[in-house]
Amino acid sequence: MAAVNPAIHQDTHDIHDHKPHGFLHRWLFTTNHKDIGTLYLVFSLAMFFVGGAFAMVIRAELFQPGMQLVQPEFFNEMTSMHGLVMIFGAIMPAFVGLANWMLPMMIGAPDMALPRMNNWSFWILPFAFLMLFSTMFMPGGGPQGGWTMYPPLALQGGMNVAFSIFSIHMMGISSIMGAINIIATILNMRAPGMDLLRMPVFVWSWLITAFLLIAVLPVLAGAVTMLLTDKYFGTSFFNAAGGGDPVMYQHIFWFFGHPEVYIMILPAFGIVSEVIPTFSRKPLFGYQAMVYALACIAFLSFIVWAHHMFTVGMPLGGNLFFMYGTMLIAIPTGVKIFNWVTTMWGGSLTFETPMLFACAFVILFSIGGFSGVSLALVPADFQYHDTFFVVAHFHYVLVTGAAFAIMAAVYYWLPKWSGHMYSEKWGKVHFWSSAISVNLLFFPQHFLGLAGMPRRIADYNVAFAEFNMISSIGGFWFGLTQIIFVGVIVHCVFFSRVRATGQVWEGSHGLEWTLPSPAPYHSFSEPPVITAGMLAHGDVSR
Amino acid sequence: MAQTQGAYYVPHGSHWPIFGSLGMLGTLGGAALWMDDFQIGKLVMAVGIALMIVMFIGWFHSVITESVAGKYNKQVDVSFRLGMIWFIFSEVMFFGAFFGALFYTRMLSIPWLGGMGHGGPTNEFLWPAFTAAWPSNGPDAIGGDFTVMSPWGIPLLNTLLLLSSGITLTIAHHALRVGHRARLLTFLGLTVVLGAIFLGFQVYEYYEAYHHYNLTLGSGIYGSTFFMLTGFHGAHVTLGAIMLCVIWARSAAGHFSRNDHFGFEAVAWYWHFVDVVWLGLFVFVYVL
Repeated sequence: MAAVNPAIHQDTHDIHDHKPHGFLHRWLFTTNHKDIGTLYLVFSLAMFFVGGAFAMVIRAELFQPGMQLVQPEFFNEMTSMHGLVMIFGAIMPAFVGLANWMLPMMIGAPDMALPRMNNWSFWILPFAFLMLFSTMFMPGGGPQGGWTMYPPLALQGGMNVAFSIFSIHMMGISSIMGAINIIATILNMRAPGMDLLRMPVFVWSWLITAFLLIAVLPVLAGAVTMLLTDKYFGTSFFNAAGGGDPVMYQHIFWFFGHPEVYIMILPAFGIVSEVIPTFSRKPLFGYQAMVYALACIAFLSFIVWAHHMFTVGMPLGGNLFFMYGTMLIAIPTGVKIFNWVTTMWGGSLTFETPMLFACAFVILFSIGGFSGVSLALVPADFQYHDTFFVVAHFHYVLVTGAAFAIMAAVYYWLPKWSGHMYSEKWGKVHFWSSAISVNLLFFPQHFLGLAGMPRRIADYNVAFAEFNMISSIGGFWFGLTQIIFVGVIVHCVFFSRVRATGQVWEGSHGLEWTLPSPAPYHSFSEPPVITAGMLAHGDVSR
Repeated sequence: MAQTQGAYYVPHGSHWPIFGSLGMLGTLGGAALWMDDFQIGKLVMAVGIALMIVMFIGWFHSVITESVAGKYNKQVDVSFRLGMIWFIFSEVMFFGAFFGALFYTRMLSIPWLGGMGHGGPTNEFLWPAFTAAWPSNGPDAIGGDFTVMSPWGIPLLNTLLLLSSGITLTIAHHALRVGHRARLLTFLGLTVVLGAIFLGFQVYEYYEAYHHYNLTLGSGIYGSTFFMLTGFHGAHVTLGAIMLCVIWARSAAGHFSRNDHFGFEAVAWYWHFVDVVWLGLFVFVYVL
């Protein structure tokens, strides 16, 4: 499909509107993709610290065996809220924020396709989290059944059930609108010449992610609606006595949940595919293979959900199907890992902060991938299920995977956003401190899990004491390190005097680098002319 | 006001989204309070709904004003189309969750409770008296004995009504394309009437179910799937009918031209989507 020809000129040319004046007017009513992107990113950073604070409570309680700081109910509240806040408040909005900032610039558009809906997608989020956090101050406290909210446990909560379910509905509406906007933008706003198979990999990753979001978030909405009616309106969806099945919730939930984990990693793949070529000073190796691998992973994500529930007592055929399906995912993921490594092979590498985060991503995400393959094996999973091994696995893919990629993206594009260079020295301090502490935090959890320590338990056998203490120390260290991250960002945006050039990085290619830094308020007022040499992955038009 | 950026159209800022967020918070927060027996919840919810209604009217008003003023170009039109298509896709997936629950319980959980496959011990030790069947309200017969609706009465009639409404809507669309305004308004109005009759029958059916068949939302898994599927469908028909009314008024006001009437088409797509969901319901909920 060729790009839409935007040669249609409007005669209703009013004022060339630049930044609106007035704080409220600019941030509350904005339709500008950069302002909305900034809102998303700032919100996500705030939620990263809130969710991080919850994690600190967890690690503090687990520092030693025995009950020291909090009540078990509050501990369970912390694990549940940490999951919900990090997934729906930190990781997803960060990626949407990056999409808002970068997609129009990368495809040569002035803004997103549906700018007003874009504003609404963001402005639902703070209200959704207001509702979610309010449950912590209600009688009975916030949700304590885990972020997955399995019935019947989750339904035994008090007032929080209705409020947390409605807040999830709001987050879902927000994400669906965001995803619709992103698809419409990518399909409709590309500059002439920006064919689908010439788009930057980050754009591709978001096109596929947006499809996943629209496909599965309504399913989550359905699942939690059934929870709500089971508790308040006497339905029997998850009640075996009425002919339903609590395991059915897990099926519906993970039909959403598994694509959801790829929603949180595909844009990370896209970011790393932008960063590595820049600092290797080589075009991306195997561009088309990368794109097809993304599509392949997205397809497989729909048929592997029950690997989260091998121990619930599914028929053997079910377990086998989901085991083999899950192991298949290692193939396209391997394609991606090898292509990143091959991109670096023979390149003239430099290791600025974004590249450090991207390299750490490739290595540490692979570790998370390996533990994922172990978990995919049904017999092994019978031992690993619901232990800290699972916690270690998904934190390797979500923290050193998704969060590291987000940090790489922030360092990579921050000069383009702000017009100033960040402090490379403090960026590197942030990276090394994060990379060391995060391994101290999560690597011992593999051993804890293999030794049988269950997750979501506030107290544990003294046999697990040492590794837990090491993990907690790593946790506090990692948490404190992120203050450096904020410091670097604040310094870069408000105090840095080093002006960034348009291209910013010596090896950077792509439309976003043809704009001055900081990028103009409306990215491209006229569709740019695209030449093959501009693109990060080189000329792929044969 | 709205501006063009070179070759592009970028709308000006809007206060409606934040307004809508407040409305959404009020609606859902109020509903949650109400469910937990706080009477203030009703008021909060009413205020929230009012805010949402004002938001939708205000937002669509500005979009329609801009559209009628001819500010939108082809690219904006395509963006709107893509937005509507993917919105409908998300709705399909929402119904998919409830159809999935229906299929799962009918094909798997009920037979397992009856002792099929690895469900043997469950049946033997917990509910030995239970034999798998459909319709079912489970081994504890939650909600008590009930009778199901015959598909060949009201449901068949409703199927015919909705299918006819799809035809009348298509006739209206053709009338619009050839510029025959009287026929457009007649058949669009007829579509709304057919939708309203459908809803009337649906309300009557619910009344019958509750008062004469003892079939309620609490009638085990059958009642749950029956009312949630038909209920959400009915809510979508209601929404679709309201949208058709708006489109009727806009057609009467002459907002649409032969070649430029995306508002009409979007609502028509939505109405056909609601039709298709009904066909699924008729087959899998009523007939089979």
